[in-house]
Amino acid sequence: MNGLLAEYLPILVFFGIAVGIVCVMVGGSYLVAKQHPDSEKLSPFECGFAPFGDARGQFDVRFYLVAILFIIFDLEVAFLFPWASAFGEIGMVGFWSMMLFLGVLTVGFVYEWKKGALEWE
Amino acid sequence: MPLMEFFTTHWLGQLIVIVAKCLAVTVPLLVSVAYMTLADRKIWGAIQLRRGPNVVGPFGLLQPFADGLKLFLKETIIPSGAAKVLFIIAPMITFVTALVAWAVVPFDDGWVIADINVGILYLFAISSLGVYGVIIAGWASNSKYAFLGALRSAAQMVSYEVSIGFVLVTVLLCSGSLNLSEIVRAQTGGIHHWYMWPLLPMFVIFFISSLAETNRTPFDLPMSEAELVAGFHTEYSAMTFGLFFLGEYANMILLSGMGVVLFMGGWHAPLPFAPFTWVPGVVWFALKIATLLFVFSWTKGTIPRYRYDQLMRLGWKVFLPFSLFWVVATAGVIAFARGH
Repeated sequence: MNGLLAEYLPILVFFGIAVGIVCVMVGGSYLVAKQHPDSEKLSPFECGFAPFGDARGQFDVRFYLVAILFIIFDLEVAFLFPWASAFGEIGMVGFWSMMLFLGVLTVGFVYEWKKGALEWE
Repeated sequence: MPLMEFFTTHWLGQLIVIVAKCLAVTVPLLVSVAYMTLADRKIWGAIQLRRGPNVVGPFGLLQPFADGLKLFLKETIIPSGAAKVLFIIAPMITFVTALVAWAVVPFDDGWVIADINVGILYLFAISSLGVYGVIIAGWASNSKYAFLGALRSAAQMVSYEVSIGFVLVTVLLCSGSLNLSEIVRAQTGGIHHWYMWPLLPMFVIFFISSLAETNRTPFDLPMSEAELVAGFHTEYSAMTFGLFFLGEYANMILLSGMGVVLFMGGWHAPLPFAPFTWVPGVVWFALKIATLLFVFSWTKGTIPRYRYDQLMRLGWKVFLPFSLFWVVATAGVIAFARGH
């Protein structure tokens, strides 16, 4: 087998074992415990009321904003990882080009801060 | 030795060795999770001048197993409006990701299941997957509390993950390697070589962010009882709830383990001479994790809950700019120190 893939084989085996453990835990509990479902027990919890309306309704648009901002900054981190691990070899050119990239990103960050995208009053 | 040869060259022998290694990590981990729940309750008890659990077994030592057995013997309730398959899969995702992340964590020199060269990237990726368990649980439950709890929780987890990413980059800049064993070796030579000193603000940010990542006080808004019942796992019962509970504690231990590897010298003794170096590295590793976990419980016992706007402000307006600045500063110091 390829040497690089062989390094990842234990992770695959570990994943298999972990999935096996959770299936045994949930499945075993389901088989061992007595199941007595009734309609009151199976209705969603709503402080004693019968649930009204759909639970998956509208929600605040700011959650979307957070998700979008997260994508931007997480990608930025993904760019920083290889740069940081090769930092010893790339010299001052590598350092300054990443500073330029971070500078552009900081401008964007300041803009969204001023626009109020980070406000949660 | 033919037996030795079987375990090193034959594929079946190698597979047996891998499985044995995985079990040697999983079993102690699950026992630690069980006793972490007990230690947690004992520590809060002591903070509130109570005794904590002390009835089941001597000093309550069998309490976690009694709790586990109780959860195992309860009825698994799947709400009628739920997306049934997703509802069952969600807690499994949480628990499996908390478990498989341990594959790359070095417990001692060479004591690691998979010594891959992008260890930090793997850890970062797997710990990001945990948010899927939360958001799938909230959506699949078809309950208002679970849905709102999942949204809050997901937004909170992704917000603090960004600062954790920047913190990891500063450690990478110092160590120059993504391999976790190499990062620990770069901190050889006693407590003053650990990265927690030059990167102290980053260590603090990492710790606070890991509180937020695991939804612990003061960031336990997704489960704030007064507002959202139990957050994203309101509808869960029996072992499906148990998996969320165990997964949360396994994640706490994992993030403490990450903190130990990245900032506290991993398996190294705090002082590099005789009485300290006699203790095996894995014991030091466990002791350091226990220290961080104690701070987790201590925080829960003493600090009141944040409001949601305060939480988001801390993540986006304080931690993010500050950790970004610290990446630039660390890179600058290293680059210019090398230039002269």
